[in-house]
Amino acid sequence: MKKIRVLLAKPGLDGHDRGIKVIAAALRDAGMEVIYTGLRQTPEMVVEAAIQEDVDFIGMSILSGAHMTLFPEVLRLLKEKGAGTIHLFGGGIIPDQESVELEKQGVGKLFGPGTTTEEIVTYIRSVAAKKKQEPVM
Amino acid sequence: MSGLSHSSKRTLSERVSSALPKTEHKRLDEAHEQWAAQVGSTEELEGRKFITVSSVPIKDMYTPRDVEDIDFLSEVGYPGTPPYTRGVHPAMYRKRLWTMRQFSGMGTPAQTNERYHFLLKEGQMGLSVAFDLPTLMGYDSDHIRSRGEVGVCGVAVDSLKDMEMIFKGIDLGKISTSMTINAPAAIILAFYIVVAEKQGVRPEQLRGTLQNDILKEYIAQKEWIYPPVPSMKLIVDTIEYGTRHMPQWNTISISGYHIREAGATAVQELAYTLADGFAYIEAAMARGLEVDEFAPRLSLFFNSHLDFFEEVAKYRAARKIWARHLKDRYGAKDERSLLCRFHTQTAGVSLTAQQPENNIVRVTWQAMAAAMGGTQSLHTNSMDETLALPSEKAALIALRTQQLVAYESGVTNTIDPLAGSYFVESLTMQMEQEAEKIFEEIENRGGVLSAIDQGYFQRELAKSAYTYQKAVEKGERIVVGVNKFVMEGARVEIPVLKIDESVEREQVQSLRQLRQARDNDKVRRTLGDLGAAAERGDNLMPSFIECARVYATLGEMVDVLRGIYGEYEEPPMI
Repeated sequence: MKKIRVLLAKPGLDGHDRGIKVIAAALRDAGMEVIYTGLRQTPEMVVEAAIQEDVDFIGMSILSGAHMTLFPEVLRLLKEKGAGTIHLFGGGIIPDQESVELEKQGVGKLFGPGTTTEEIVTYIRSVAAKKKQEPVM
Repeated sequence: MSGLSHSSKRTLSERVSSALPKTEHKRLDEAHEQWAAQVGSTEELEGRKFITVSSVPIKDMYTPRDVEDIDFLSEVGYPGTPPYTRGVHPAMYRKRLWTMRQFSGMGTPAQTNERYHFLLKEGQMGLSVAFDLPTLMGYDSDHIRSRGEVGVCGVAVDSLKDMEMIFKGIDLGKISTSMTINAPAAIILAFYIVVAEKQGVRPEQLRGTLQNDILKEYIAQKEWIYPPVPSMKLIVDTIEYGTRHMPQWNTISISGYHIREAGATAVQELAYTLADGFAYIEAAMARGLEVDEFAPRLSLFFNSHLDFFEEVAKYRAARKIWARHLKDRYGAKDERSLLCRFHTQTAGVSLTAQQPENNIVRVTWQAMAAAMGGTQSLHTNSMDETLALPSEKAALIALRTQQLVAYESGVTNTIDPLAGSYFVESLTMQMEQEAEKIFEEIENRGGVLSAIDQGYFQRELAKSAYTYQKAVEKGERIVVGVNKFVMEGARVEIPVLKIDESVEREQVQSLRQLRQARDNDKVRRTLGDLGAAAERGDNLMPSFIECARVYATLGEMVDVLRGIYGEYEEPPMI
């Protein structure tokens, strides 16, 4: 079976990478292919890397408060570059109300502090399973 | 003390120290065995492991046998005298409490100024400036990379104009100010010096601290601009400038806080931080400064995490190790050089978004650990920090928390109250020994800069962080409200501060006005001089001050240096 490929990204100027590194290790332990972009990625760099690496998922971690700028921009670029099937999800310090707003715009689930890595693994697997069932347009 | 019935008659130094006679050993061991036989095994109880938050195993009980190698006078001693285990000042809080200094800054300079006046009115004793990410990374607010980040996790500072507004109505000759900034620290210091100059306050009158610790940025916090070598040069520039012109200013705050937050254990925090400190000392000595000229103005900054006793032991060990290395390794003769004076902040990473009011309680005992560990200043976190920047209410409760510890708990009545505890003395010694092992490891890797290049610290932190997370998920480590005593669906409503999008617009607008109003010929000339001075390898502080005076922006100055020094790229780590 083809392994699920996930690009983990730190967009913007935020340097907090404790969480994303924990997630990277956990997804790998769960048998996924993980590509970590490193810090200080622009939305363009994230989308470029996702397309080049042919990933199924992009997980973005933002703890700096810039989520309302960065998530919509990555989403827009994905669509613009014809990569709208890549599932964008994320996590960080994101107030509930804004999570809801971003999810409405088409971002996947946004995980907050206290989330277990297992919840994230389960989420990715279930989205991947649904994606498989969807007819290819 | 049941095994030592006559102990009360013996002197303190005999009780804490070694040299238990053979017969005492025997009697103690017999008593211990009897007790142990009654208790049975307590290694693990109902899945609970008896380990510190750093995974250090803790014994069920400590006795004089655990501290028999500790000589009271040479290892514990008196406060204000070597080895300073008990505190850097002879009278500690009996004479003067720690400085209550809440880290704060958000939105526009005017909003931050308003928050400062509020905190000062409520009894805060010193200021501590939080800058936004563009400022920390050396970008002006109108830079493309600043979009969405202006004023969000701190205050935006583009030029002297913003610093004038932040400190409006605050006398810099009277207040002490700490500034959390690293890669562009020298430039921010220049702004501060010129703001003071305009108030008629001279550099030698200024009191405060510049964080200015780039090594922990490469290790943990990741807010770097230039590669390590020019970054170290800039830091030595500020140390040299401070040594000559700012005798009351802490030129650097060697920080373990961020290392801990990024995943370190207590002993890793201790050892990495002190190793960074030694690296700065060596760099300043290589410039030709005498250790006693600058070491008295080096300050440190530690985390106060969840494990109460482990934290107290960490602070005590830090003072002891610092004094010993300064004296033996670097030949310091001035007693002030030996003092490990430190700021403490309670552990942001220990706070939970679930049931956020619980955080007030966590912060309380973390603050008590800092006080019982002899901190010189303290920031207590706000309960809402996992959700947003502190609201005014949360910030006030946080300040009140340390006021309560200081004035109501009684822990400030006596100096180093936990000294002589078999447990705490034993932990302190253990912490010290473990730190020495880590120093050796760093040494073997060719020093701090090489170890950074090799990704040593970064890997160790990631490993510790993952181990911790797995323990929480397996339920080996209890986090109240997160993996135990969970309240499903209960969202506690607390007011959350939101930085309005208008902040970015206003700040960019204000910057545009500045670029039009200032004398741009002069700005270009001064920036040119800065570049020339950097090419020559001069101390850049005078050039930064000149640039600040003509309202050159932070981004413009950093751009000049980016062109000369280049930018750092982190080696891929995972």
